[in-house]
Amino acid sequence: MEKFIFAFIIGGLICVIGQLIMDILKITPAHTTCTLVVIGAILGGLGLYDPLVKIAGAGAFVPISSFGNTLVAGALIDAQETGFIGIFTGIFKVASSGISAAIIFGFIGALIFKPKG
Amino acid sequence: MSNMKKKKLTPIQLQYDELVKSIEPKRPILKNCIKAFFIGGIICTIGQVLHTIFITYFNFTEKTAVGPTLVVLIFVAALFTGLGIYDHLGQWAGAGTAVPITGFANSIASAAIEHKSEGYVLGVAGNMFRLAGAIIVYGVFSAFVVATIKITIKWLGAM
Amino acid sequence: MLKGHQSWIFNSKPTILGSAAVGGPFEGNGALADDFDIIHEDLWIGQDSFEKAEKVILEHSCTRAIEKSGIKKEDINFFISGDLMNQIISSSFTARTLGIPFLGIFGACSSSMEGLAMAAQLIESKSANYVIASAGSHNAAAEKQYRYPTEYGGQKPPTAQWTVTGAGAVVVGTEGIGPKIISATIGRIVDMGISDPFNMGAAMAPAAVDTIEAHFRDLNIDASYYDLIATGDLGKVGHELAISLLKSHGIDIPSDKFTDCGLLIYKKDQPVFSGGSGCGCSATVTYGHFLNRMRRGELKRILIVATGALMSPLSYQQKESIPCIAHAVSIEM
Repeated sequence: MEKFIFAFIIGGLICVIGQLIMDILKITPAHTTCTLVVIGAILGGLGLYDPLVKIAGAGAFVPISSFGNTLVAGALIDAQETGFIGIFTGIFKVASSGISAAIIFGFIGALIFKPKG
Repeated sequence: MSNMKKKKLTPIQLQYDELVKSIEPKRPILKNCIKAFFIGGIICTIGQVLHTIFITYFNFTEKTAVGPTLVVLIFVAALFTGLGIYDHLGQWAGAGTAVPITGFANSIASAAIEHKSEGYVLGVAGNMFRLAGAIIVYGVFSAFVVATIKITIKWLGAM
Repeated sequence: MLKGHQSWIFNSKPTILGSAAVGGPFEGNGALADDFDIIHEDLWIGQDSFEKAEKVILEHSCTRAIEKSGIKKEDINFFISGDLMNQIISSSFTARTLGIPFLGIFGACSSSMEGLAMAAQLIESKSANYVIASAGSHNAAAEKQYRYPTEYGGQKPPTAQWTVTGAGAVVVGTEGIGPKIISATIGRIVDMGISDPFNMGAAMAPAAVDTIEAHFRDLNIDASYYDLIATGDLGKVGHELAISLLKSHGIDIPSDKFTDCGLLIYKKDQPVFSGGSGCGCSATVTYGHFLNRMRRGELKRILIVATGALMSPLSYQQKESIPCIAHAVSIEM
């Protein structure tokens, strides 16, 4: 039960951080989410993001910041085995699901739907 | 960003800038944050429910259930985008829908659907990443920098 | 004839022989729905792209205006038109349909009065017998080109405006029964360093004030001459700013005389943020609502100051501010 509560609270808080960035700095959602992805990557590199996922579950892996963490994680997994070149071969390994799903469903959406204006 | 611009403005422009700031309706920051918290929290909770379902009924582990969870959330976001619901939700919830992975999916789906009139190659496919491309580029590049620094530190430490 | 530095007085009093306003579904639910000749319930207007829909509403406004003027299309010498699309493609395609010699203009949301001023000048200088001038915009086409895909969930700030889906057209001739074009003031670019495309009202207000000032100065009159002075699409934010700027410049326009097309076109409960905008805004409100009121005898002398934000989708990304312009035309009954 508490897993759901933590997911709600932490997820909500990360969104609030995004909202504050958008409204106070007056930047676009695209800029805001880029910032969060980079922050996620940095926290991932520092080993701080995975513990957050352990506590908050979806509250940490659903926000876009987890994308940055996932990319770092993938890069490090391969770099562990093959060194520097592993960064390139591993980056998308874990993040594949998000990008593939977005492209595939986005394309299917374009096949089926018309913009409503 | 708005402070950088200020340095290049003439005195009259600065004066006008002050006038504009005093008149323009302020963004309802507190209200926006509450809405973002609420909707963002709900989306993440739904994610948690899906995650639990994948573990309980589909033999995934805590780690391997993350991917499928995101796939389902992305599917729903793309569907809502196509149905014309997501933009209204986004106007209300702000970062609450933009920050979760659903925002990423919406940016791709909305661009793909919008540019259908230009054909499926140059229109749909060519424009799909109009908004989301930045996230992927910055995600990958920052991951590259972070990973490089990390393995360099490890390598130096092992020396 | 040139009056002052940047104004024209039309001694021959070119006449508006026919006018039409065409709108989309949102406008049909708006405050001025009855003043539209045609309201389209479908945002696509049966076309397969928003850009084609913009072309169609522009065409409809022109053919309707020509019908109402009683002038044959073949007798119209020139067609002046502008819109928001890249390379003003909607106007070009409309010109293709009409087959009238075409002068394309780009004044963003000030295109309506820019076109009307030029049409009056062509008539005044005996360079034409009949001219048709139009301007139009389409909400979804403008969003797609200048901002975000229409289904994108990005949150707009309260200073944003709603581009009108609509087009207005007038047929102008040398004589006849109808509202007369008396004078025009051509605006110059005013850029006060505003660079936020979601706050165009603030960007355009100084241009409107500059042109109103120039108009009064060139013609040696003041606000008391007019029954109504309306800006094109400053919206709530821009309108308040304009009032403040006018005061500080020593120009007094009574609040019941000073209004804005972007504030009039929609109802209070429609989600249009700061108000309407787009070429279609000043065009439909002027060529529909205001001209109707003049024909009913409710207004005798009006000054329409159409305002345009002349940024491109790229200029904002290159950290440029928004250059704005305002053109004023006075009409009397």
